This record gives sequence, C-alpha cells and structure tokens, in this order.
Amino acid sequence: MSATLDDLSLGRPSLSRAQLPSWALGVTAAGVLVLTGLLRLVTHMSSYVALAIIAVALYLVAQTVVSLSVEGWRHAKNRLMTSLMLAAMVLAVLPLVGVLGYTVAKGLKRFDSAFFTHSMRAVAESDPNGGAYHAIIGTLEQVGIAALISVPFGIMVAVYLVEYSAGRLGRVVSFFVDVMTGLPSIVAGLFILALWVLALHQGTSGFAGSLALVILMLPTIVRSCEEMLKLVPPSLREASYALGVAKWITVVRIVLPTALPGIVTGVMLAVARVMGETAPVLLTVFGNSAINTNPFNGPQASLPLFVFNEVGQSFDNAVNRAWTGALVLILIVLVLNLIARTVARFARVRG
Amino acid sequence: MAKRLDVKDLNLYYGKFHAVADVNLSVPPRSVTAFIGPSGCGKSTVLRSLNRMHEVTPGARVEGKVTLDGEDIYATAVDPVVVRRTIGMVFQRPNPFPTMSIRDNVVAGLRLSGVRDRKRMDEVAERALRSANLWEEVRDRLGKPGGGLSGGQQQRLCIARAIAVRPDVLLMDEPCSALDPISTLAIEDLIGELKKDYTIVIVTHNMQQAARVSDQTAFFNLKGAGLPGNLIEIDDTEKIFSNPGRKATEDYISGRFG
Amino acid sequence: MTSSLQNTRSSKGGDTSFRLLAKGSGILVLLLMAAVAAFLILKAIPAVSQDKGNFFTAFQWDPQGTAVFGIAALAFGTVLSSLIGLIIGVPVAVGVALFISQYAPRAVARPLAYVVDLLAAVPSVVFGLWGAIYLSPNLIPLSKFLNHYFGWIPLFASTNQTYGKSVLVAAVVLAVMLLPIVAAISREVFVQTPKEHMEGALALGATKWEMIRMAVLPYGKSGVISAIVLGFGRAVGETIAVAMVLSSTYSISWRILDPGGNTIAANIANRWGDASDTISQGALIASGLVLFAITLVVNFGARAVIRRGRAKA
Repeated sequence: MSATLDDLSLGRPSLSRAQLPSWALGVTAAGVLVLTGLLRLVTHMSSYVALAIIAVALYLVAQTVVSLSVEGWRHAKNRLMTSLMLAAMVLAVLPLVGVLGYTVAKGLKRFDSAFFTHSMRAVAESDPNGGAYHAIIGTLEQVGIAALISVPFGIMVAVYLVEYSAGRLGRVVSFFVDVMTGLPSIVAGLFILALWVLALHQGTSGFAGSLALVILMLPTIVRSCEEMLKLVPPSLREASYALGVAKWITVVRIVLPTALPGIVTGVMLAVARVMGETAPVLLTVFGNSAINTNPFNGPQASLPLFVFNEVGQSFDNAVNRAWTGALVLILIVLVLNLIARTVARFARVRG
Repeated sequence: MAKRLDVKDLNLYYGKFHAVADVNLSVPPRSVTAFIGPSGCGKSTVLRSLNRMHEVTPGARVEGKVTLDGEDIYATAVDPVVVRRTIGMVFQRPNPFPTMSIRDNVVAGLRLSGVRDRKRMDEVAERALRSANLWEEVRDRLGKPGGGLSGGQQQRLCIARAIAVRPDVLLMDEPCSALDPISTLAIEDLIGELKKDYTIVIVTHNMQQAARVSDQTAFFNLKGAGLPGNLIEIDDTEKIFSNPGRKATEDYISGRFG
Repeated sequence: MTSSLQNTRSSKGGDTSFRLLAKGSGILVLLLMAAVAAFLILKAIPAVSQDKGNFFTAFQWDPQGTAVFGIAALAFGTVLSSLIGLIIGVPVAVGVALFISQYAPRAVARPLAYVVDLLAAVPSVVFGLWGAIYLSPNLIPLSKFLNHYFGWIPLFASTNQTYGKSVLVAAVVLAVMLLPIVAAISREVFVQTPKEHMEGALALGATKWEMIRMAVLPYGKSGVISAIVLGFGRAVGETIAVAMVLSSTYSISWRILDPGGNTIAANIANRWGDASDTISQGALIASGLVLFAITLVVNFGARAVIRRGRAKA
C-alpha cells in the first residue's frame, strides 16, 4: 500500500521555499522608475499620464519576471493579481478625484454671491455676470414636490409588499418595482411628456418635472423601505399583536418608527439621486432664464438643466457658469449623501 | 510519509485577546490524537495553528514553535501555502466546492500543485476515494457536483480531497458534529484505517468518540472567564479516561461540568 | 364589554382601510407602468405610421423634411458605446470589488467602499461636463496611439485622423458611471462567499489568488453577471453625459476614435428642442419606446441570471 502511494508523492523536500527578500520589489520599482526616466529623456515624451501608465506596466512585467525566477509561477501569478487589484482600485478612485478636483477648480471662478442671487434674465450668454438662483429654486421645488408625492406612496407600497402581500399580486408588484428601477430616466421624462403635456395639454412646468422625478424616486424608496421593514424583528410585531393591538396600528406605531432611520437614509439617497437628473427635466420643465417660483404654472429652470444649457453655449463665461452650477450640484448631492450615511450609522448603533 | 508534530510554548491571540496560553505537546507519527474540552477552550484554535490556518483570521497572531519532524513551520523562510499543502485539514461542516464535480473536488489540491495529466488525476481520484471509503458510492457519478451527496458522503469527499495530495498530517476539526450517527460511525472507521498512513489530530466534542478513535487525548480548559484556554493534560487515551492525572479532567469526563 | 367590542370593530375598520390603502398603492405601481407603456405607444404609433422609411432599418433622422427616420444607427451606437463601456469598466469594477472584499484590511475597506459609492452619487451632467471639456481633448493622445499601432483593427481605424468627441470618450465616461454599480453588487456577493469554501481552498495549499479562483469567483459568478447586465442597462439608458460628449452622427461606423457616434437617449435629448410638430415628437417617443424595450429585456435577463444562480446555490 505504502509503496503504491509513494509513487504519487509530489516530491517536497522541505516546507520552505525561495521567497523574494523584502528589498527585492523596492529595487524592482526603483529600476522601473529609472528606466521610465531614461525613456522620457530619449523620447521626450511629455505626458505624465502616459509615462505613469508605462511605468506601471513595466513594473507589473518586472515584478512578474523577478517573482517567476525566484518563487515560481504560482506565486508570481499571485503577486501579479494582487498588484492588478490594487491598480484597479487606484484606477477607480482616479476619475472621482479627477471629476471632483476639476469641478472645484473650474467652479470656484463663479462661486460668488451674484451666482446665488441672480437669474439669467436679461443676461446675454456672453456676459460674465448672471447666476443660477432661478435654477436652484426650480430644482429645490421640483425635487421637494417629487419627494412629497413619492415618499408616502413608496412607503405604502413597501408596507404592502412586506406586511400584506402573500399572493401573486405582491410578486407582480415587486417585479414591476424592479422593472421601474431599470427604467431609463429619459423614458420617464418621455412618459410624463406624452401623458401630462401632450395628451392632457397641461404644458411644461416644474410640476411636470416633479412627476417625472416621482417615477425615478419611487422604486428606490420602495426598495430601501422594504429592506428596512424586513429588518424589524417579527417578535416586535408579535408582542404588539399579543397585546391586542390592531395590525395597522402596529405597523404605524411600532414597525414604521423602528424602521424610521433606515427609511430616512433611503429617502435622502433617492433625493440625492434625482437631484442631479437632467434628462427627464429637460423634457418636462422646459427651462427658463427668469425666476419662476410657481412650479404649477409655466416653464421653470432647474440646476442640472442650467449646467447642460450653459455648456452648450460657446462662450467662456457661459461655460464658467456651467462649472459653478456643477459644483453647487455636487455639493448638494454630497451633503445629502453625508447626512444619509450619518443617519444610517446612528441607526445602526441604536439597533 | 507520516511525520511527528511538536508544539512548544504555543500562545495564540485574536488581536488583543489572548485565546490560548503555553501549550506544549507532541503528536507521534501514525497515531490519532484527540483534543477534547468545553466550548471556547481554544482546542480548535490550537488545531488551526498546526497548519497555519489560524493566521487567516484578520488580527490573529501566533507565538511559540510548531515543528514538523523538527522543521519549524513558523520559520520566516517557510511558506504557509506549502505548510497547508503538507498538513491537510478537514472542517466541521463538509465544504466541497459546490461548482466542482466530485472528481474535480478530489483532485483540486493536485491541480494546484501543477498536475495536468488527466490519467494520473483519475488514478489519484480513485485511490483517494477508495481510501475514504467513498469510491463504491460515487464511482458512477464522478462528474456530478459534490453538493448532491449526503452530509456524511460530503465529509468523506472532503477527507478524500485532503488525502489526495498525500499530506504528512491530517487535522480534523469536529468532523462528525454535523453528521448523523451512521455517518459518524463511517468516519470513525475511516479514521482507524487512515491511521496506518497518516498522523491524525482530531478535535471532538464527543468524549465517546475520543475514547473510540484516539491513541492519546489532550484535555483543554479555560483558566477562568476571560482568561486564555490552556492544555490541562495530555496522555494515553486509556489513562485519561480511566485514571486522569488532574481533577479537572476527571470532572469533565465524568460529566460534572462542561 | 360593549366598549371593547366597539373598539374591535373600529380597529377592524381601520385595518381594512389601511390594507386597502397599501394594496391600492401597490396596484397604482402596476397602473403607472401600464400607463408608461400605453402612452408611449399611443404617441409613437401616429408618427411611425407616417414614416416614409423603415423605422427599424433607416439610418437617417429627418421626421420633418423627408419624413424618413429610423433607429438603426442610433440603436447600433447605443449598444456599441455601452459594450465598450462595459469592456473598459467591468474588469476594473470586479478588481475593485475583489480588492475591497478580499485584500484591503477591514479598516480601509469601509472608506474605500464609501468612496466608490460616492462615484455613483455624482450627477451624470457633471460627468458629461468633465467628459466633454476635460476628457475628450485628453484622450486624443491615446486615440492617436491606438490608431498608429492598432489602426489595422477596424475599431481603431480613423477616417481623417481627427479625434475628439468620439464613441471612445463616451465609452470611458460610461465605464466610469457603471463602475460603482458593478463594483457595489459584485462586492456584496464576494463578501457573502461562505467562509468554509475559502478556508477549504486555503487548507489545500492555495495561494490567495487560487483561493479566489476556487471559492470566491465561482460563488459570485451569477451575481457578477447580473451586475454586469444591470450596468449595461444603466449605460444603455444614460442620456445627458453621452449627449454632451458625442458629436451626433447618423451612420453605422465601427470607428470608435472618429468624432461622431450617437445613442437613442442622446438623440432624444439633442433633438427635443427642435421637435415642434407631432411627427417629430412622436418619432422621438417611438425611439424612447425602443429604448424602454431594450432595458426591459436587459433587466429580465439580469433577473433570470440571478434566479438561476439562486437555484444552483
């Protein structure tokens, strides 16, 4: 028995194996840097991005060759994959840093009081003044109304899905909420346009924009609410029923308040998401260069739409306004995200 | 191929938590050593430090010496990957890779070692499955996923997977705790047969099992709440169960606590 | 006794109305989705019936003049830019998901995940602005390089060596936009890989990467596939960012470095301003309907993958 098994043994004299000393990779990296420097001198390549890419690629090759010759292919592969993951991580963070940094740098030029107190009324696109006051008001009103409609609506749908739906209808509703999640924002805009503006002849207005945003917010709110309601322990509900409390009072007084922090987080994230939506607003609020505080009557401006329109002008002053608009938009969205996550963290500590 | 294991002044930590203190023991080749003791006394932690699986947990740390035929497995030149390849492990819950077929599960370790020869892999798979007393039950469905087997069969598949690479030592972490009595018996019989070729260390909750399968038994216990676990005594199984040297061991075995 | 009975009755009434309210909300969702389809179809049919070309095969988009319009070029551009976006974005996204779930120490993993989520929060109009003003000139050297060395591949051929607002730029912007979605979903499934499988692989003497190949990737496969499909759906529907970085053309061309390219969604955004008659409007709505149908199919696909993955696990 032992003899037959021995011919299968894979020959391993010892537990240790040749490993790269800790300085080896540092030396490799230094070598690659020197090589890249030489390359720059020889080819006069000026793009640092290109040089960085070449340096990283060279390092990956060099590391693999060094590791392969000392440690063997298994460990060379392991090192290569580890480096690739790290490279992917860096590569993913770069655009975020790039977008944020570039927007801040460009946006600060017009980040002045005039931008927040003036509209574009009687301002030529080539003028250096003008602002986004009208657009900020429009966006806040449109998103606010959208939230007023979709939050109670979404919560009720979530309550239905978690507390009341046992049968086929629940599954169908749940499925179509998923479908809604995948609905492109421009299609939501087209729908409100076809229904509200073209079929019902209501005209473009801030409210039409709100309706389009409702369609985009609703599935996000339903899904996050659903998750939160499912997290409420069944024992809590049972305790309430055992005291003879009616189901709906249990839901309103016990289940929803318990899930509240999570629901708030979900709502904030949904608001942040639709705040930056341009496509549906483009089709439904139409845009306006003057202040229109009434969302129910006549075209309104909106901040993302303002950015889109300004960048379409070929004047530097207009593009500067676009950057500042983008900066304001990012700030609002980031603040909302931050608040949402803070709420979520507190909720987790309490739960 | 079976080798002896020696543990010297072993201390194990999870972050700041001192899990096990000052363990000294020896495991002779071609024998079965059982680790027994109450829950949380660190016997599984000690087992996992014998093939460097302890350090897989984030924050886990090891002090002391574990030697395999005199070679320190924690020496700096030693590669944990080679250690784990040399010291096989079977877990509490059967864990065949669900997307792999029965055959691929058995030869998974071989593949890692760079073996590509199909014929040789088939031979190894058959031999390992025969050694694990599973061949007759699965020979007609080697291409089917391992997840379709019963719990006991899955555990024997995992044993086959571990012995397919001909390890020097086989570690078993409560291998029967998720199994029914009949499957448990099958595994215990198997351990008796594997003893001829391997050094085996088994953690068990079941004292009868320790008495049935092991040659020597190590009893672990906690010094007190919040204190590290430690080795109370290690001796021939017969002696531990008939005439233990320490009162704590006797209390535990007679069911007075734990 | 009487009061407690009354109490029961009133709470029962409350129960019924609350249940009906909840159920009504659910049904309203269904009605809403039905209305979306119905009104788009209603407004699309008159325009499509007056199309002098074939709506599905024509390249041009001229509803007012010749009344010939079709979505062939637009649909092609949509799929092409989204696919290239996936090819660029998915490997990075999966790498990020693996890095955060398997490599990064726990103290770093959480902030990193948060940073990637932030990427998803940046409004698409900002990405469009960045893509049009920063990215598109800065990708010209890369375009030149690709054309110079790989110009023999039709994808990298160039008509007259002018680059700029090309499908490549749109694809890079789309890659950045779908990255956080794919990374977040993939990360979630990777994190759920059973510990037993990972330890089983390590105990056999697998290196970290081999453990990932043996345990993490097989477990996460269906989740990653559905993440990719959902990312594709997102890319297909993306409007503003794409509209801002493409210089719209109406032709089918594989040359992703050439200025040009177009997508269904971008076309709607670009052409809406001058669509004043019902045919122009209806034509755009009809193209939106096609977009809706594409995303529906994509989402069905993703869900089917998830269901099959669940059934297997």
